[in-house]
Amino acid sequence: MKYYDRLVFELSKPGRIGFSLPEGGADLSAELPANIARQSALGLPEVSEVDVVRHYTNLSQMNFGVDTGFYPLGSCTMKYNPKINEEVVPQFNGIHPLQPACTTEGVNEVYEKMDAALAAITGMKHFTFLPCAGAHGELTGLMLIREYHMSRGDLARTKIIVPDSAHGTNPASAAVCGLEIVVVKSKENGLVDVEDLKPLLGPDIAGIMMTNPNTLGLFEHDIKEIAELVHECGGLLYYDGANMNPLMGVVRPGDMGFDVMHLNLHKTFSTPHGGGGPGSGPVGVADKLVPFLQTPRVSGFHGNFGVILRAYAYILMLGKENVKMAGRLATLGANYIKESLKDCYKLPIPTVCKHEFVFDGLLNDNGVTTLDVAKRLLDYGFHAPTIYFPLLFHQAIMIEPTETESLETLDAFIEVMRKIAAEAAEDPEMLHSAPHNTPIGRPDETTAARQPKLKFA
Amino acid sequence: MGKFCYFPQTEEDIRVMLKRIGVASLDDLYSDVPADFMYKGEYDLPSAMSEQQVREYFEGLASRNPKLKCFVGQGAYDHYVPSVIPYITSRSEFLTAYTPYQCEISQGTLRYIFEWQSMICALTGLDVANASMYDGPTAAAEAMRMCVASTRKRNSVIVAASLLPIVLDNIRTYAKYAGINVVVSESIAEDVAEGVLDLAGVIVPSINRYGVVENHDGLAELVHSMGALLVEYCDPSALAVLKTPAEWGADIAVGDSQSLGIPMCYGGPYVGFMACTQALMRKLPGRIVGQSTDASGKRCFVLTLQAREQHIRREKATSNICSNESLMALWCTVYLSLMGPEGMRKVNALSYENAHYLYSELLKTGKFEEVFPDQTFLKEFVLQPLCDVEKLQKALLDAGYFAALQTEEGWVTFCATEKHSREEIDALVNIVKEI
Repeated sequence: MKYYDRLVFELSKPGRIGFSLPEGGADLSAELPANIARQSALGLPEVSEVDVVRHYTNLSQMNFGVDTGFYPLGSCTMKYNPKINEEVVPQFNGIHPLQPACTTEGVNEVYEKMDAALAAITGMKHFTFLPCAGAHGELTGLMLIREYHMSRGDLARTKIIVPDSAHGTNPASAAVCGLEIVVVKSKENGLVDVEDLKPLLGPDIAGIMMTNPNTLGLFEHDIKEIAELVHECGGLLYYDGANMNPLMGVVRPGDMGFDVMHLNLHKTFSTPHGGGGPGSGPVGVADKLVPFLQTPRVSGFHGNFGVILRAYAYILMLGKENVKMAGRLATLGANYIKESLKDCYKLPIPTVCKHEFVFDGLLNDNGVTTLDVAKRLLDYGFHAPTIYFPLLFHQAIMIEPTETESLETLDAFIEVMRKIAAEAAEDPEMLHSAPHNTPIGRPDETTAARQPKLKFA
Repeated sequence: MGKFCYFPQTEEDIRVMLKRIGVASLDDLYSDVPADFMYKGEYDLPSAMSEQQVREYFEGLASRNPKLKCFVGQGAYDHYVPSVIPYITSRSEFLTAYTPYQCEISQGTLRYIFEWQSMICALTGLDVANASMYDGPTAAAEAMRMCVASTRKRNSVIVAASLLPIVLDNIRTYAKYAGINVVVSESIAEDVAEGVLDLAGVIVPSINRYGVVENHDGLAELVHSMGALLVEYCDPSALAVLKTPAEWGADIAVGDSQSLGIPMCYGGPYVGFMACTQALMRKLPGRIVGQSTDASGKRCFVLTLQAREQHIRREKATSNICSNESLMALWCTVYLSLMGPEGMRKVNALSYENAHYLYSELLKTGKFEEVFPDQTFLKEFVLQPLCDVEKLQKALLDAGYFAALQTEEGWVTFCATEKHSREEIDALVNIVKEI
């Protein structure tokens, strides 16, 4: 990757244009009353078309994507994004979201078939496709839980239980939904402590948010008992689908007793993450919540249809024949890396994992931190794993390979991770200042936050 | 196991990996799952298709949505999409990247977000913008939450009844569960002046659901005198020619950037924007990119002010938003780069001309009456129909036009953009004449 240091504003030259529009147009300075017309100049760049194309091509070359290389970012499921998914979208671009149903038969079929497919994979009854991302799905799911309790006049249920290992979005979504968060602790083995849970349950509990497998990549095998306990107290179970990938084709959340869940189509269903969206976070519910499914209006029209289309293309390619291998192969890859590196990196919980697992830094760290390891990986052409999450371990390195990576890729990653462990013993200073081969080195984040410069001026 | 093009493992690879792990079969990796949870049935899914079958299937689906000429807005606008944009946004270095957590290999994403923030500030006139929201309606709901969080012990918001229905729906939904008191107002200035005791914010549209450009003269002063914040919901495309939220004195601006060159695509993906004054910077939801330098002094860009966000603050975060609509923000950034100040003005001038031509030609048919004769509109307007609306809509649809969507009041809405030609508009009007 080469360093390119321009902003599009810096390419601007008065008089240049990059657009091609028909002749004509009203004289707005005469037509618009002065008291509602813009007074200030519009500070946009003036550049030609080729300037724009080269500028953004240069920017793209400072970026690393799944198509560039291995992206073992834990809890993000950075699997390969098939190209046929992209190809199907443009032919639907011209459809206005408020067109009558009789003019959108093809679109309607996508929603119907996706509803059925996701229900089959998860054991839920029906889905709403309005949520635009995972956290948006969480929020919607919690709204549905509240709607259910309110419909029964059960107004005291204002608390939600969240494990200490949960994704940060869980408590944040609960807060946006007006729920009070009650934290349930994990045991030493990384699983929810059922004994800690029991006294929390009562008539004020709306439900529990569970991630299963959890953020340590461990299957919560007490889930049956947890589901019974929560249901007995009148609460509902929410399933955070961010970690659904290892269960796809293996276990259905609905069968485990979950009442509401979201899926991240941009994780489990192969749609590209786009540098931070667009995603799609459809929410599925069990029978008793179906009547409320359309109540929360959480986005403008019909959710991110373009993303839903891509996920549907993936499901059609996968089919019932291959779906059973997706989760299993993802789990295979994670366990293979874990077993291949546990003599160099601290493995706090040595049991079988699912799609991801967590190391707690180097076994012999020699002062080298998880951040140093992550930055050094960039030098070797790999994206870094998720680091310093979950919070249960101070030097957490969370690795998720997904099922779309070959044995050769996993072996190459393992070799580099071992090499970094050796470098830590020999030359820790070099690791503290890594990366060395990237367009920029480590940034000064403190100044960025203390004296924020957030726009071109 | 059959072979599948997205799974690179051979049978031999699987054997090697299982051996290293020390288990005999793939299902042994699920020994921690209670046996009765292992799904033993066949999944009720279609059989795997070949790529060609998938392509043909979607072509078939697409052909079942008749291609219509679109003359409706209401939050999704049929503006022209320059050919450059999809070529840039489909570059896989942008498309297949995650959120730019590792800034050393994400300078592409971080730089375009910084440019996006700068352009949103240019359009709105405000000081700070975030990396994006899901869409306009959710951005409005987040702005409501921001008002409540930024004012002390205040929990009421007055929202204009003239906001788009989809915006009101989202505001009501978010407010309901958060316990925020929403007052939907027909006459904002009066209701604000009347003095809602714990007023946190006021949300008004720049262009309302009837297409009318609203005049907010004096509103900001009034709202501020009540100790509350003013939020303006805007069409960012129109801000190129309309008085900006900053010029009206608003504290927060939100809206949907779909009008900046994003295809309608049945409602998404779009991208919401949010901008605010410097004073509210640390209350913004979502990601923000800032400029910095690396150890050797090179200019670089990083995610900053992260102490507001869910992965750090959990339930105390300003919002739960995590993934946003980054690639769609790139879409708009490329659009605005191509258009520049002159192109943005021209898009508005052409849309204005077409919409006003359509408006006067429709009135000439004698089938409509004016609803807001003395008000200014840009590209969207409503008329009172004097004919049977169902018949009108059906005749238009049969001729390949999506137009004359009915409002709650029984009026019909139309919208024209720079994409429409005189011939298209004349043909539409001729259909109306014949009803």
